[in-house]
Order: sequence, then structure tokens, then C-alpha cells
Amino acid sequence: MRRLLPWLGASAFLVLFFFYPILRILWMGLTIKADQGGLNQALGLIGSTTWFTFYQACLSTFLTLLVGLPGAYLFSHFEFHGKRTLNAITAVPFMLPTVVVAAGFNALLGPRGWFNVLLINLFHLEKAPINFVHTLGAILLAHVFYNTTIVLKLVGNAWSQLDPRLGQAAATLGATPKRVFWKVTFPVLRPAILAAAMLVFLFDFTSFGVILVLGGPHFATLEVEIFIQSLQMLNLPLAAILSIIQIVFTLAFSILYSSLVVRSNANVKSVMIISRKAITWSERAFVGGNLALIMALFVLPMAALPLSSLIRFEPAMGQRISQAVSFTLDYYRELFINRSGSLFYVPPILALRNSFSYASVTMLISLILGFPVASRLAHPGKLERALDPILMVPLGASAVTLGLGYIITFNQTPLLLLRSPWLVPIAHSVIALPFVIRSLQPALASIPKEYRMAAEVMGADPMRSWFAVVWPLVSRATLAAGTFAFTISLGEFGAASLLVRPENPTLPLAIYRFLSQPGGVNYGQAMAMASLLMLVTSLSILVFDRLRIPGMNYL
Amino acid sequence: MKKYLISSLILILLVTACNAAQPTAQTTSLTVMTHDSFEVSADLVVAFEKENNVKVTFLKSGDAGSALNKAILSKNAPLADVFYGVDNTFLSRAVDADIFEPYNPPLLKTIPTIYQLDSTLNLLPVDYGDVCINYDKAYFSNRSLSIPQKFEDLLNPEYKDMLVMENPATSSTGLAFLLATIAHFGQDNYLNYWKSLNSNGMVVVDDWSTAYYTNFSGSSGHGPQPLVVSYASSPAAEVIYATTKLSEAPTASITAEGTCFRQVEFVGILKGTTHRTLAEKFVDFMLGVQFQEDMPLQMFVYPVNPDAKLPPEFVKYAQVSTTPASLDPGNIAANRDKWISAWTEVVLH
Repeated sequence: MRRLLPWLGASAFLVLFFFYPILRILWMGLTIKADQGGLNQALGLIGSTTWFTFYQACLSTFLTLLVGLPGAYLFSHFEFHGKRTLNAITAVPFMLPTVVVAAGFNALLGPRGWFNVLLINLFHLEKAPINFVHTLGAILLAHVFYNTTIVLKLVGNAWSQLDPRLGQAAATLGATPKRVFWKVTFPVLRPAILAAAMLVFLFDFTSFGVILVLGGPHFATLEVEIFIQSLQMLNLPLAAILSIIQIVFTLAFSILYSSLVVRSNANVKSVMIISRKAITWSERAFVGGNLALIMALFVLPMAALPLSSLIRFEPAMGQRISQAVSFTLDYYRELFINRSGSLFYVPPILALRNSFSYASVTMLISLILGFPVASRLAHPGKLERALDPILMVPLGASAVTLGLGYIITFNQTPLLLLRSPWLVPIAHSVIALPFVIRSLQPALASIPKEYRMAAEVMGADPMRSWFAVVWPLVSRATLAAGTFAFTISLGEFGAASLLVRPENPTLPLAIYRFLSQPGGVNYGQAMAMASLLMLVTSLSILVFDRLRIPGMNYL
Repeated sequence: MKKYLISSLILILLVTACNAAQPTAQTTSLTVMTHDSFEVSADLVVAFEKENNVKVTFLKSGDAGSALNKAILSKNAPLADVFYGVDNTFLSRAVDADIFEPYNPPLLKTIPTIYQLDSTLNLLPVDYGDVCINYDKAYFSNRSLSIPQKFEDLLNPEYKDMLVMENPATSSTGLAFLLATIAHFGQDNYLNYWKSLNSNGMVVVDDWSTAYYTNFSGSSGHGPQPLVVSYASSPAAEVIYATTKLSEAPTASITAEGTCFRQVEFVGILKGTTHRTLAEKFVDFMLGVQFQEDMPLQMFVYPVNPDAKLPPEFVKYAQVSTTPASLDPGNIAANRDKWISAWTEVVLH
């Protein structure tokens, strides 16, 4: 019974707010009679969609690791100017709405983006040389842009706690650096790398907005097809089948992941190594090259946004390149004016407050429910191994399907919750919970049981031994997990658009409202609002970062 | 120090958490379900609330198709009392789904019969707008290119790579444009037209925002395509929401015969409402002159009530098609999914 207790909160929560609504909507879809001809035709669609979903997710995950792993080494081993700011900036993409990210990439790489204009002017070209929007490349780049932060956080965390003496010992015994990496470093990092890869893969696998906006209508993942079938065509049976395929795949990957992690149960004493400045030339080249990559990948597209919120193009349209450009703060001023007297106008401060409230509640719920589960999973028994993969299912389930499940489940007594302001953070917590658990688990697993035993032998009660021993070691991972939950909620659009009352919009919703009407001021305001979202999220990540407690102080 | 920081942070979180959960004091409440593009002046709604001693809550539920389908899915326990935003492409699906109660508002007599497409009175017309191709004026005048005047013109090599449109499977604007071509070419020939248009470099994107702001050269995104499928009223919005005062719209619509598709939007009372009288009053309010005169500048659509006067900017810059394409709603309902799939097969795959 005592072993079941930590599971109680999280499982009750997921059963009520995830499994029950999603099973209801799937059941509804499968029990509607469908015409046979339509289903036969659908088989081709199911096959090609599943293949593409899988294919782009694998490629995206691979590329994300390729960028993220050296980055994780950089952040965990080296000191450089602006490290904290850069660290915060890499986490920002995670919560930017897709339309805004698309606008950023477009300002940079679009047909009239800086790069193309520069190349056209340099080489006197007829046509824009870079064709970026609506290519597979755009999808992959956007996925790397969004998800690299997961690798940086999870693997960077583990790497910074890896005892350097292990590698040093191996080297003393004659191992080459390559051998040290593959035989010592990699096996110890494997759980963190797998956890990061798993999360990145699931995010890519269920990708929706990126595919729609940057990939365009020629590409469709399962999630996109579920959206089209259930909300545009009202073909619930097909949508249900696609949702089930998505869930089955998610479950399969989770099981695969769990078995891989169990096999690599590396129990290594953790130490916080102190990062230092690059000294040798090769180190400097590594740091410089890596920083250049991160700047190009994260800073450039994001810088494009605030720039377009501050620049006004005079109406010299029609010419390809020459645009009269001037600086303006008008878009920011306009944010505070309800020009059309609309009922749905919301001052930016209020949207900000709404977003922060939802994000704070999400963080609290997912940490409170997630922590006990992650502690159990850190030292898993039979029960834990069986339940573990199921916990990941919410992350891979279709958000569109879940939203519809909410609509038919929570619109009647006794579960009349659809109008409750709590339902938004609850929905966000369903998404954030697996994430929180996954990012806490490796940190908790790295603490040898003996530490607490020692404390308890010396007379500390469980409470005290937890606060004095475990907490200092996992506080950093907890903050990272909390930050993830917070930012997932800040940037989340789907559930919020479904459940929020229009007079209480979150920041992403407010951005979309401006983008849905024509006119330069509306576009400018959308960019201004997006820049505000970027600014406050960067600041809040910096604040979280200041709070972290270096484990060294306590050892 | 850090301890204090953490505890104060937790305190702040708790306070904001409680803040978010504030219950609102409720009198009688009327819920109106609608699509994301719905806008209305605050003072009109406040006046309606005062007059009827009611609190009106709006439930924006996604684009037009998503909102309707959510209403259909939840019909056993309706989410709202009134639904606004069914258009003529969804009309028959909405009526067949049996989610509305008929109502015959007194004002219906004044509304032209061409907009009264539902004889069962489940759905009552509120506004209309024309989906037309918009063009970037400067682009064409700088190159002394003539403006295309009919669908066939778009197949000419001089307009290669110039048109961006929305995916009919995900956007009602794109669907309206597809329907206009079906009305023009007929069910048997429209796919051939799309094959040719596709090989002349037509660009398809998923939603109106992307088409208009990212791809269209005439608006703020300064994209590559000078022709976009948008609304006949969009040029007026370009003037009203211009960053610098404009005397002339930078864009215009092509409104030649049969090239625009007229979207009519409807309101209906949802079956199972417990506030039938209030719901009727809200429908009357939407058909009334005040609301009808408010709509053009809020949603850039035209009023169906002939007594409503248009704002001057609208008269000056917005266009309407005198001869829009039209298709019977029953025909649309019976074939829309088939047409969309066939189009997807030809254009996207």
C-alpha cells in the first residue's frame, strides 16, 4: 500500500483528465457507423501519413541531438560571457506560438528575408536563391529550433554532475579520449540522452503547428490529419483510427525507452563539476563554433521578431527589394488602445497576468503530482516498470482528440468543468506531467540510496534526511522541470483556445487575434505582442535560473 | 537569502493561482458559441446585458468548421444557447445535424430573401461577404501588367507563380474559392482547371493568416505572391489599419463576374436551451440596425439588414461583387467532402 501511495495523485489525475475523456471520444468515433467505401480509401491515407510522421520525427530527433549534444557539453563544461542569458534564450522557442516562429523564420529566410535580399544584392540575382518556406527543411529546422532546449537541459544537467575523475582514471589507465567517451562518459549519460531523445521524438511525432504553418499543406502528420478529419470533415471514425495509431506508437516507444533505460542502470556518484574557461586552441574553437551555431539557430530568428515589431515599411509595395523603412513604437502604443472598441480587446498586461496565472498553477500541479511518481520511478520495482510507459501516453496522444474528449466529457454534471478557469491549467498539466516526471527521474535516480540511509542512521528523520540530502541534489532538476511545465503552459495554444473564455485570453491567443485581421497595424501588434511574450519568458527563465542551488555547497 | 527567494516565489505562485480561480458572480447567463473571428463593440453588448439583465458569455471555438463540429459533437449537452457563424458552405450539415430550434424573428421580413437560405428557419442570415482574389496594386502597375479578369486568365504564363490560396480542407476561404471554380467550370471540368492552375505555379498554404501575411506581397508580410485569395473587404481594412495614413488602398479585389464566392453567415438557437426567450432576444439584437452597423468595422462583413448604413471607409474602399458565383447549399453539403478530397488528390499529392 505504501508503495502505491505516491502513484495515487498522478494516476487519479490522469485517469480523470486524460484517459476517461480520450476513451470517451474514441469510443464515440468507433461506434458511429462509417461507410465502407470511405474507409477503404482511407487506408492509403493512413499508411502514407503514418510513414511521413515517423520519418520526419526520426530525422528531426537525430538533427536535434546533433545540435544539442555538443551544446550540452558546452553549457556543462565551459564558462563564457553571457552564458546565463544564452541559456535562457535557448529555452524561449519552446513557448513561442508557431505563427510567430514562422514569421521570424520568414523574415530571415523567406523570399524577401534578409538572407535572400543580401544574396540577390551581392550577386545580382534574378530570383531568390533560398527557397525555405514549405519545404521539409523548414519543418526540420523549426523542430530543431523548438526542441534543442530539451537536450541542452536534460543532458547538460547530467553531464555537469558527471564525476570527471571517472574519465581521468580511465585515461590514466591508457584509454584514448575516444575510448573514454564511449566506455565511460556515454554509458553514464545514456539515461539522460535517451530521456531527452524520447521527449524530443514525441514532440516531433505529434507535431502540428509547425507542419501546418512552415511545412504547408503538402505535408501532413497524424496530428494534422486528425485535425482535418475530426474538425473539418467531421469524419470521426477515421479520426479515431488515426488517434489510436498515434497512441499505440507512443506506447510502443515508451516501452522501448523504458527497457533501454532499465538496461543501462548506471548508478554513479554525482558530483557537480565546476565549468571553466576554454584554454587550449581546440577548446576555444569548440566553444566558438558552438556559440556561432547557437547564435545562428536561436538568436537570429528570434531577433527578427522584435525587429519587425519596431520597423514600419512605408507603402512602397510592389518593388521587390527597395522598401522605405523607418523605426516606430506605434505598434506597442497601439497595444494599449482599443481602437475599434471591441468587446474582446484585452490590455497586454491582463493577457500577461492570465498567462502567468495559468502557467504558475500548471507548474504547481505538475510538480506536486510528478515528484512522488518520479521518486518511485528512480528506483523501480515491477509495478513501476509496468506503469512507466503508460505515464508517457498523454505526451503522445492527439491534443485535438483530447480537446474533443473534454468537450463531450466536461459539459454536463457532475463533471461540469468546461467553464471553470481551472480546466486550462489542468489540461496544461496533463501535457506537462509526463515531461516533469521524465526530467526529474534521471536526477533522482542518480542519488545513491546510501546517502539517505547514512543520514537516517545518524538520526535524521525521513523528512529531515529528504530536505538535507535529496533536495539539495535535485533542486536544480526540479527547477528545470518546473521551468518546463511553466513554459509549456505559457506557449500552449490548442487547449487554451478551446477552453479559455475570449475575455480572458492568454498571450498566444491575443497574438492570434491580431493575426486574424488584415492591416499593417494588426500585423505590427501581433509582432509586438510576440516580442513581449519572448521578453517575459526570457526574464522568467533568468529568474528561475538565479534561484538554482549549486549542489556543491551542500556536499 | 535563497530560501527567502524560494518561499516568496512559492507565495507569489499561490496568490496568482488563487487569483486565476476567482469565481464570477452570476445573474442569468446567456452563452453564445461562435468562431474565432467574431468581434463586436463592447458598448453594444453591455447595453444588451443591461436591458435584459443578463450576462452574455461568448465561447470562441476555433475556425468556422471547428466551431460548428464542436457544437454538433456536444449536442446531447449543449455548450451554449445561441450559435453564430454557420456559413452557407456548412448550412445543410448544420441543419441535418438537428442541433437548432426554429425561430421566426420579426426582423426577418426586412431581410432580402436571397439571404434566407434555410426555409426551416433553423438558421437566420446575419451578414455576408465575398471571397475574391486580391491583388497588390503597385506590383501590377510597376510592371505594367494587366489585372487578370477571369479564372482562365490565371493560366497564362505571365501570371506564373503569382497566386497564393488557402487549403480548402483547412480554411473556409480556400473552400469558398474552390466552390467558385466549381460553379464556373462545373463538376466535371473543375479538376482539369486546377491541374493547369497548379502547373502554373499556384501556391497553397493552410490558413488565411499565412496566405495574407506571409505570402501576399500587398500586405505587411511583403511576401512573394501579388495575388491572394481573401475578401472583397480586405482593401478597406488595409486603409483603416494602415501604419501611415493612406488616401488609397494598396490592394484591390477582382470582382469580375463569377470570380467571387458569396459567404452568408447565419445565427441559430441551439436545441435544448433553457433560456429560449433571451436567446430569441439575442438573435433579434444581431439582426437589429445597431449590431448590423457595428459589424462592418469589427468583422469586415456586410450587413443583411438593408436599413443598416455602411461606414464611409467601407463605401469608399471595400468592394462587393455584383455577380458572385453561387451554388445550392444542398449540393454543397452533399459533395463538399468529395470535392475537397478530389482537389487534395490533384493539387497536393
